[in-house]
Amino acid sequence: MEYLLASAIAILTAVGVYLTLDRRMLPVVVGLSFLSYAVNLFLLAMGRLTVDMAPVLREGVTDYTDPLPQALVLTAIVIAFGMTALTVVLGLRAYLETGSDVADVERSDMVRTFGSAPDNERRSET
Amino acid sequence: MNHWLVVPIVLPALAATALLIFARNDLSRQRFVGVATVIALLTTSLVLVARAAEGPSSYAIGNWPAPYGIVLVLDRLSAMMLALTSCIALAAIVYGINGWDARGKHFHVLFQFQLVGINGAFLTGDIFNLFVFFEVMLISSYGLMLHGDGAWRLKAGFQYVVLNLVGSSLFLMAVGLIYAATGTLNLAHLAERVKVIDPDDIALLRTGALLLFGVFAIKSAIVPLHWWLPGTYGAASAPVAALFAVLTKVGAYSILRLHTVAFSGDAAGVSTSLGAVLVPASAATLVLGALGVLASRSLLELASYSVIASMGTLLLAGAGLEPRQITAALYYMLHSTLIGAALFLLVDVAATGRGRAGDRLTPARTIPNASMIGPLFLLTAVASVGLPPLSGFIGKLAILDSLRATGMGTLAWIVILASSLLMMAGFARAGITVFWAASNEPASPAGVLPERSATVPTVVVFMLVGLTAALSLASGGGMEMLEATAREMMAPSGYIDAVLSKSVSQVP
Repeated sequence: MEYLLASAIAILTAVGVYLTLDRRMLPVVVGLSFLSYAVNLFLLAMGRLTVDMAPVLREGVTDYTDPLPQALVLTAIVIAFGMTALTVVLGLRAYLETGSDVADVERSDMVRTFGSAPDNERRSET
Repeated sequence: MNHWLVVPIVLPALAATALLIFARNDLSRQRFVGVATVIALLTTSLVLVARAAEGPSSYAIGNWPAPYGIVLVLDRLSAMMLALTSCIALAAIVYGINGWDARGKHFHVLFQFQLVGINGAFLTGDIFNLFVFFEVMLISSYGLMLHGDGAWRLKAGFQYVVLNLVGSSLFLMAVGLIYAATGTLNLAHLAERVKVIDPDDIALLRTGALLLFGVFAIKSAIVPLHWWLPGTYGAASAPVAALFAVLTKVGAYSILRLHTVAFSGDAAGVSTSLGAVLVPASAATLVLGALGVLASRSLLELASYSVIASMGTLLLAGAGLEPRQITAALYYMLHSTLIGAALFLLVDVAATGRGRAGDRLTPARTIPNASMIGPLFLLTAVASVGLPPLSGFIGKLAILDSLRATGMGTLAWIVILASSLLMMAGFARAGITVFWAASNEPASPAGVLPERSATVPTVVVFMLVGLTAALSLASGGGMEMLEATAREMMAPSGYIDAVLSKSVSQVP
């Protein structure tokens, strides 16, 4: 079981890293999800691998599974879920507004507007 | 129990929720609640500074005892950081309500959630909880960064998000490793466990700890993990960039906190391994930041690279664990946060007046109120570079003095002084291009600013620069306070005792 879990974490991490290094945004989002799966399994394994045990600590009970990593993983899953949703929306809006899925920003596109007033004249000037 | 401790987290969270529910479309009410909350936070943090002088205290959330429940811990360091955050937040929000907040929805909601994350990171006494507050901080910083318009900023934001999500994954792995080796995530409990760790687990623990410091290095933009900063800060709107000046300091704070509490006294050899990496990395950060200032093509790049350089200076002093070095690093942290925020706001003020040229370092027309903004830029530059009489000079002097006797003294002196010279040249070049090489042609009517949008920002910048001036005027008393802070950090038993009551610390 150790080998199974360790290789699963390794493969998920490898896939995640490979996809995250892509230039396009969609593979990056998918890669980040894979990374978070790997992290979740990793956290679970950190509480030691036990099968068929109750997550309770009580006097006299010697065989139990550590409940804390499970709580941590639950939190991590929720956060990763929210973050995935955010990256999908961000990537999608960037794609719709610029027409390309590439994560690079052209230097010539980096036009900033200064000052507080939402001044259309100044924007068209730049 | 000391309920003041939870206010800096709960108050902005409540304010943000209330804004979202009751004042969705009412900008003036949002402004009022936002500013009122930040002022209340400033008051609270001053109360907390006074309380922290009596020694560290802890707050068990839900009254669960320490190693099991989540604790918030207040000591001099966290109180100081809270006060600093409130000052910057006040400047940023006053700058923001001058019109920036009308350029997109939910500026004030995101701003308050950002404060929840920052304050929480400063107060928490638990590594996993630190992760959660980092995420709160980052989610709202994504939102704030994208506030406004420009499609390219979506992509700049995407890069920032991805970088930080990879950082979060590493953070969780580090948390897992540390938990596997010690069985706890509470900082104070960790400090006790690390001392009695099984020698077989030392390698695992050290890997986890260094991975964690790597994540903090991403947040604090240490070379070679600095490249995200100019793009991100350049894309953020001015008040947001000013608030972001605190975000890098959260990374530095976390490094100092874990270094001095959880792995105090070179436990498990973590400090030695960390110092071996951190000293050259921060020296490289400083040099690269100074070169960036010199080579920058726009004022925003200049400001971003000066933030990077200041992080290098700060951690060069903070990497060592001598009280004098920590004192100097803390002083420089206060100074560089204030002046970093001032610089970003000032760049916005100056670039607004330059019309088409914006913040590019090319000669352009004269800024309408150059007689006001020019001297202000000079003051900010003087403080950033570290020339007398402003606080940058005192900070750098204290750092140089504290490093004199250490093994890396010569290297550190050369690096700090040479990079100061480079930065001085960079700031001088920028100032000459923007203010002296300006043509005298009258501003075209389309580019003339409405008067109101120029006075309030200038006053805000002036206040921030005034704070650094106050910091240098009060440096005697300030240094004494910071020395007390450094002494408290070097003796973490007070922190540990405040978190773990005697009966509970015996539990395995």
